[in-house]
Amino acid sequence: MADTAAATGYKIVQKETLSDVTKLMVIEAPQVAKKAQAGQFIIIRIDERGERVPLTIADYDKSAGTITLILQEVGKSTMQLGAMNVGDTVASFAGPLGHPTEIKNYGTVVCVGGGVGIAPIYPIARSLKEAGNYVVSIIGARNKSLLFWEEKMKAVSDELHVCTDDGSHGRKCLVTDPLKELLESKRRDVAHIWAIGPAIMMKFVALATKPFNAPTTVSLNSIMIDGTGMCGGCRVPLTEGAQFVCVDGPEFDGHKVDWNSLMSRLQFYKPEEQAAVEAYKHKCNLDIAAEKGGA
Amino acid sequence: MAELTAKQRMEIPRNEMPAQDAKVRAGNYLEVALGYSEETARAEAERCLQCKKPKCVEGCPVGVRIPQFIKALREGDMAQAVAEMKIKNNLPAICGRVCPQENQCEGQCIVGKKGQPVAVGRLERFVGDYELQHRTCPLTKAAPTGKKVAVVGTGPAGLTCAVDIAREGHKVTMFESLHTPGGVLVYGIPEFRLPKGVVFGEIDYATQCLGIDIRTDYVIGRTLTLKDILEEYDAVFLGTGAGLPMFMRIPGINLNGVMSANEFLTRVNLMKGYMFPEYDTPVKIGKKVAVIGAGNVAMDSARCAYRLQAMQAKEGEKHEVHIVYRRSMEEVPARGEEVHHAEEEGVIFDLLTNPVEVIDDGKGNVKAMRCIRMELGEPDASGRRRPVEIKGSEFDMEVDTVIVALGTSPNPLVFVDADGLERTKHGTTVANLETGRTTKPKVWAGGDIVTGAATVISAMGAGKRAAADMHAFLSGNGTW
Ligand SMILES: Cc1cc2nc3c(=O)[nH]c(=O)nc-3n(C[C@H](O)[C@H](O)[C@H](O)COP(=O)(O)OP(=O)(O)OC[C@H]3O[C@@H](n4cnc5c(N)ncnc54)[C@H](O)[C@@H]3O)c2cc1C
Ligand SMILES: Cc1cc2nc3c(=O)[nH]c(=O)nc-3n(C[C@H](O)[C@H](O)[C@H](O)COP(=O)(O)OP(=O)(O)OC[C@H]3O[C@@H](n4cnc5c(N)ncnc54)[C@H](O)[C@@H]3O)c2cc1C
Ligand code: SF4
Ligand code: SF4
Ligand code: FES
Repeated sequence: MADTAAATGYKIVQKETLSDVTKLMVIEAPQVAKKAQAGQFIIIRIDERGERVPLTIADYDKSAGTITLILQEVGKSTMQLGAMNVGDTVASFAGPLGHPTEIKNYGTVVCVGGGVGIAPIYPIARSLKEAGNYVVSIIGARNKSLLFWEEKMKAVSDELHVCTDDGSHGRKCLVTDPLKELLESKRRDVAHIWAIGPAIMMKFVALATKPFNAPTTVSLNSIMIDGTGMCGGCRVPLTEGAQFVCVDGPEFDGHKVDWNSLMSRLQFYKPEEQAAVEAYKHKCNLDIAAEKGGA
Repeated sequence: MAELTAKQRMEIPRNEMPAQDAKVRAGNYLEVALGYSEETARAEAERCLQCKKPKCVEGCPVGVRIPQFIKALREGDMAQAVAEMKIKNNLPAICGRVCPQENQCEGQCIVGKKGQPVAVGRLERFVGDYELQHRTCPLTKAAPTGKKVAVVGTGPAGLTCAVDIAREGHKVTMFESLHTPGGVLVYGIPEFRLPKGVVFGEIDYATQCLGIDIRTDYVIGRTLTLKDILEEYDAVFLGTGAGLPMFMRIPGINLNGVMSANEFLTRVNLMKGYMFPEYDTPVKIGKKVAVIGAGNVAMDSARCAYRLQAMQAKEGEKHEVHIVYRRSMEEVPARGEEVHHAEEEGVIFDLLTNPVEVIDDGKGNVKAMRCIRMELGEPDASGRRRPVEIKGSEFDMEVDTVIVALGTSPNPLVFVDADGLERTKHGTTVANLETGRTTKPKVWAGGDIVTGAATVISAMGAGKRAAADMHAFLSGNGTW
């Protein structure tokens, strides 16, 4: 089939290791870069047998025609992608998908990024800063080795709070602690909060801001297949009825999300995901053994 | 063979379609219907009376030249049979397999009035398969016109339009949001009913012969919008289908284990979930599955589910798939052959039964489905007898997976930045059914995006009519 990109694949042009399990990749996809905006995502498929994996657009360069992704190696597909190198290609790359973040001057805003969620919160914080907001950023991770982009976040924030669960860097606390303190102190009039990270973190951010009636936007990471509104697999119950994360989101009002349903749906394929990782590791070991045997 | 009389022809029994044994096929994804041999095909062709006013042709939505192709086939002139076929139908290997012939060509066949109709669909498939292998009818194109046409969506409507318009010498680019072209033919209809090799064979051949450029991973409305496309192309055809699944508004519909038929079939067919973990996408199926609905989509879901269960089951383990439908067998909308095959394979039909609630196991997973029995009342607007609830007849059906196959509507993404493109309240695009013209200049549409979920052949017919009108427009004075 005559197609320029799909025939040759989309090339990885840069790769960095941000932490033990977090990699940054810059991929050439000019048609996606042309339209990309903060808050949107893409769907990547590594090879002919690959699954369709949604990843947030962490950054983009329209003139170079590239998209920056940050991935956390949690399962087979992200491990396989993380093992690829500059010059390698992936089979498909579709986007930009979902609605972009609504950027305007709100006044004071808070951007909360947890774990790999620091990546997608960065372009949002940057755009909000450019739009004239006073940006308070709070980033957190389980420990120091999982934390990345502290300098980049600092550069686009008026205030930056860094937390780790174990205190190995920054303050030993959860991201919700500095957030609650800020809201309680009333030292600034917080107009809007964005929170991106694991579902459990977003749930607790939403719970923390609810008593203050502070508008809170979360970016949901439900399980997806097509990412274009065709399967309904990504649906999440909100107070006004179920919505499709891929086309109606990925950003939603955190106070309306049925978190328990979202978290239980995220667990649904656990046994299969585990099996895929086992099979992948086994195959890698066999490949290494074969290479050694051959040498 | 000496010329037979009409009476003699009518006495020949309809030739059975060889099929994989029901027990064996319920455990694999290989094609069920195996196709006629040349001998059987020619014997079946002898049954046609070569009517002067062929009723069968009236029943075919695109008016395939049925007596002509059957005559050529009967005389052993396969190249001629293919040529006759291709005048009206570009994709006979596909239509021969999936058309609801009993409601269309065969439903009208005169021989069928007294006995069994001529097996037009099976003969069409035979001719299509012959062409796939021998390519006796090369696709040629006129000299380049310098005009550029964009076709959005690569299902049967888009493919047909693209081929016809490219043959006139216009340069065609197709845009597809998924990573593979083919539309429902690839992501929806399963391998055992329509082998993907058949679909890809047709797509590759057409794109190579006619130089059509297919851009996969292009989500129109996101990667490009209709506005962007119109800045670059002289004409656009929208054939994006009706892919947005509908869920019932009943309690428990968002539980784990409830999925749309589209999700299930996409995992299985497009992503090859039945070969997990060799392929990365998992698909989970329980021991007891309820499929809600009884159209082609429901039949395909039920039969895929049954096969998956059989492939995953341990020796002697029991598994069940139920079709849950609120009307009776008479109203079942699926293709007759599929219902028959599903029953043979072991799918259980719970008719006159309607789900009212999906019940939680306490951990967010499906435990059961509460249903109510129905009876048929007075005919409704569709002319079918309206099912009404029998008070107090609720019962719980123990199931762990529920697949919802209750219809779809057009995906709204393509309508982003498409000012002036009118839609009905059902979400379908307003278009002239003869020409495919929409309310927006230079934009044509056809297939499920206009009609809502319909059939492969009606989508192809719409693509063909739009291509003809588009060509007239592109070579005329350009008035809309
Ligand atoms: C809109 C969106 C944006 C995302 N952005 C990022 C990002 O920028 N960086 C990043 O590292 N991750 C991101 N994710 C999550 C990422 O898609 C999953 O981690 C990835 O699919 C896991 O695949 P796997 O095979 O490596 O792991 P698996 O073993 O398949 O799964 C590990 C975990 O990932 C989740 N998951 C599995 N399949 C999917 C799927 N198809 N879609 C979504 N989640 C799934 C499951 O909850 C599971 O717990 C995003 C998800 C969404 C929906
Ligand atoms: C499971 C199933 C079984 C069926 N069985 C039969 C049968 O046996 N016989 C029969 O006659 N009919 C059957 N049908 C119906 C038939 O398949 C459809 O009527 C027909 O495919 C419609 O063709 P189409 O070209 O309009 O759309 P589709 O086949 O739906 O193709 C539309 C294409 O457009 C793409 N697209 C959508 N939105 C965008 C966008 N924004 N940008 C780019 N691309 C986009 C889609 O990904 C898709 O590839 C079945 C349908 C299903 C779902
Ligand atoms: S296209 Fe379909 S309806 Fe028409 S003759 Fe062929 S099988 Fe029959
Ligand atoms: S109606 Fe039947 S017998 Fe007559 S031409 Fe058509 S297929 Fe042949
Ligand atoms: S991922 Fe399929 S509808 Fe959202």
